[in-house]
Amino acid sequence: MAKIIDRKRLVPNIHMIEISAPDIVKRCKPGQFVILMPDEKGERIPLSLADWDEKRGSITCVFMVVGTSTQKLSRLRSGDDIPVCVGPLGKPAEISKFGTVLCAAGCYGIGAIYPIARALKQAGNTVMTLVDAKANYLIYWEDRFKEISDKYFVSSRDGFFDCKDYIPKVLKDVLKDNKIDRVISIGCTYLMYTCSEATRPLNIDTYVHLNPIMVDGTGMCGACRLKVGDSTQFACVDGPEFDGHLVDWNELFYRRKSYFNDEIRSLCYWEREEKPRKMTKEKR
Amino acid sequence: MGEDRKQLSPELKEQLRKAFNEEWRKELRKSIPAKERMKMSRQDMPQREPDVRNKDFKEVNQGLTKEAAVKEAMRCLDCANPQCVRGCPVGIDIPSFIKLIEKGEFSESARKIKETNSLPAVCGRVCPQETQCEELCNLKKATGVPVAIGNLERFVSDYEREGGKVHVPEISVSTGRKVAVIGSGPGGLTVAGELARKGHKVTVFEALHVPGGVLVYGIPEFRLPNDILNAEVDYLRKLGVEFRMNFVVGMTMTIEDLRKEGYDAFYIGTGAGLPNFMGIPGENLIGIYSANEYLTRVNLMRANQFPKYDTPVFLGKKAVVLGGGNVAMDSVRTAQRLGAEEATIVYRRSRKEMPARAEEVHHAEEEGIKFHFLTNPIRYFSDENNRVKAMECIQMELGEPDSSGRRRPIPIEGSEFIMEVDLVVVSIGNSPNPLIGKVTPGLKIGKWGNVEVDWNTMATSLDGVYAGGDIVRGGATVILAMGDARVAAREMHKYLSA
Ligand SMILES: Cc1cc2nc3c(=O)[nH]c(=O)nc-3n(C[C@H](O)[C@H](O)[C@H](O)COP(=O)(O)OP(=O)(O)OC[C@H]3O[C@@H](n4cnc5c(N)ncnc54)[C@H](O)[C@@H]3O)c2cc1C
Ligand SMILES: Cc1cc2nc3c(=O)[nH]c(=O)nc-3n(C[C@H](O)[C@H](O)[C@H](O)COP(=O)(O)OP(=O)(O)OC[C@H]3O[C@@H](n4cnc5c(N)ncnc54)[C@H](O)[C@@H]3O)c2cc1C
Ligand code: SF4
Ligand code: SF4
Ligand code: FES
Repeated sequence: MAKIIDRKRLVPNIHMIEISAPDIVKRCKPGQFVILMPDEKGERIPLSLADWDEKRGSITCVFMVVGTSTQKLSRLRSGDDIPVCVGPLGKPAEISKFGTVLCAAGCYGIGAIYPIARALKQAGNTVMTLVDAKANYLIYWEDRFKEISDKYFVSSRDGFFDCKDYIPKVLKDVLKDNKIDRVISIGCTYLMYTCSEATRPLNIDTYVHLNPIMVDGTGMCGACRLKVGDSTQFACVDGPEFDGHLVDWNELFYRRKSYFNDEIRSLCYWEREEKPRKMTKEKR
Repeated sequence: MGEDRKQLSPELKEQLRKAFNEEWRKELRKSIPAKERMKMSRQDMPQREPDVRNKDFKEVNQGLTKEAAVKEAMRCLDCANPQCVRGCPVGIDIPSFIKLIEKGEFSESARKIKETNSLPAVCGRVCPQETQCEELCNLKKATGVPVAIGNLERFVSDYEREGGKVHVPEISVSTGRKVAVIGSGPGGLTVAGELARKGHKVTVFEALHVPGGVLVYGIPEFRLPNDILNAEVDYLRKLGVEFRMNFVVGMTMTIEDLRKEGYDAFYIGTGAGLPNFMGIPGENLIGIYSANEYLTRVNLMRANQFPKYDTPVFLGKKAVVLGGGNVAMDSVRTAQRLGAEEATIVYRRSRKEMPARAEEVHHAEEEGIKFHFLTNPIRYFSDENNRVKAMECIQMELGEPDSSGRRRPIPIEGSEFIMEVDLVVVSIGNSPNPLIGKVTPGLKIGKWGNVEVDWNTMATSLDGVYAGGDIVRGGATVILAMGDARVAAREMHKYLSA
């Protein structure tokens, strides 16, 4: 059992959750994740560590509501318990002095990339941040990023850019105007894919944090396996950070979609049978 | 090594001889002549009907009745030289517990077994008896049909549990020493029980959210109902064992960290949790699972009750399971229970070489499972959504025996053929879980990724750190894991008392 310290909506559809995890907080590193189960019947789902506070003994994750598990998480209140919160899992992101690093993120990835950007800054890099959102009002943690970034960019689609051409357009501009040694990208699969494709011709090292469906998160099941370069890797123990230019993106897209119909069924069932009937007023 | 059929230790021989010479045993032996006993036929294990049971997850075997158990116990000849004991990796005093059944003292009998085996309800169900205790049974030599030792073991432990009178032994006074058991499989649970009884403070650390290891996430409920394990865990809690779930040793904390927190001795029982794949083209297609993933989704996450439980699993119409061991049998029977129109085993050797327990193969056949022997997949084909839709196979023939003593399968050129499939479960074995080895400096790891131990003590290369079960042996058996655990517990107690 793990106690929820706080849960609040950051922007529409994206929430942050602070969980009491005195053991995890002592060892977690940027780029790692935890596996949670929102309730006893729930699925085990991975969420990246977006922040942690050793004094409070807590970790924080940022999540986007997409299906049953994240719906359930989005209804938790301070003081609630969840049955599973295990971690830290996965290899930490590689942190060292690379020179100038561009952190490109969207949706939940804005939260997930934050500790990496912070650690890169502390390691003496010049850190640039590029944050992507459909519209300006979907951007969060701007103040946090401004504090640790030497430069801060936004790509959003309220009228400025063509939808099909979102983050890579701005990314390309940034790469043209600045000498970048390394790119790290976290967000939905499509965002990570387009960022990797944008840097490929320029031969800039690009690392992504992959998000295949997982079960145990400890290397026991192989649900998270992916082709990276010539070998099959288990994202939960060999990753989640991988070289974006070596990832078999096609395979990952299909893998993430593989339970699509079941996920809809699950959500419908939950809304019909188990979602609390009385609509309580959202706290925030 | 532990697998070898040892001669019995002098102490055990002495103990067996003493029991053999007790008055009541002598009388009981005389009450029915051996010739009569040998004429009695083996009591069948009552089972649910194949075409009923293959649609649900309730237990297949229903257990012997009291009457049947007593009758079966009568078949045992109470040999002066009980070979059966030599076949049991933990050396249970088999004639004593069986004769107590014949006498109707079921609780006493259960207690007798528990002197050496702390999970008899599990072993009675899943031990490969036909290659262990029952293989060496003298009655088998005499009549061809051994005493049903496993079924009797199951009977008495079920009797004790269902009667609610589980005997909690006396716990020695607290020693103040702290023990960390890593992994809650049968090995870890055994160490925990043994050391708690000796008065040490034991904490079991488990990565998953339910204790039991393979016994809960791997072996399905139709073979081993969860209640049995829950009872066992409750019992350990009564002994004062603490369980810390959702704790991955190596990630949440390392062994070194735990040492700093005051733990004095460690048992690594993290099992063989790394699934092997074949490395053939198309193996990452959607619809191809490792047996670990498939069984975990169903047994641990309850995907068979989806959408009531949130975790889904693919329901194949044409399900194929690759392999011939217990894990493969469990997977294929699970696929059948989840509604596959055809559930098939594809195995590269012949029926004779299948390592699964005979009973499981027999049950699978009764339930309508198909078998393709001497067949091996060589690649997969997908539909437009990257889902597996067919599998190319090649036929095999058997050559000379290999290092395992089984005849090596050799592909027959030109025998390729295509099988339509929409669900594949790869069940070709597991390797030791590599995590602990990677993050524990100084822990010696063998060439198969196994933790290396001194087989006499189960001590690893690190002071106060012991290991056993599948992490040491690779995929083995429940009873071997428990045997290792008992040796380790004995040595750990010595270490802690020094
Ligand atoms: C290492 C890692 C870190 C992640 N970090 C974050 C994060 O910080 N914030 C965040 O919002 N999301 C993160 N994700 C994705 C997140 O796990 C999924 O969005 C979540 O599982 C969806 O669950 P659901 O039941 O709400 O949706 P579902 O209806 O089950 O699925 C919706 C989508 O989520 C994906 N998904 C479903 N189940 C899983 C699963 N068990 N594991 C992974 N993906 C799944 C599917 O591809 C599907 O497209 C991360 C994934 C990984 C692998
Ligand atoms: C499907 C299936 C069917 C089987 N059928 C039979 C059978 O019929 N008869 C038989 O005798 N044997 C059978 N076996 C084999 C038997 O189950 C194993 O040999 C036995 O369970 C091994 O026990 P163990 O104690 O070594 O570890 P396991 O049972 O493997 O348990 C290890 C535990 O450690 C946990 N763990 C791993 N790493 C960590 C970590 N870093 N920190 C904390 N916890 C960790 C795991 O989550 C797991 O719970 C079967 C196996 C499978 C998979
Ligand atoms: S533990 Fe296994 S091998 Fe030993 S007597 Fe029982 S069934 Fe036979
Ligand atoms: S060898 Fe067979 S008959 Fe003899 S004591 Fe053992 S179980 Fe009984
Ligand atoms: S999630 Fe099971 S191996 Fe990665």
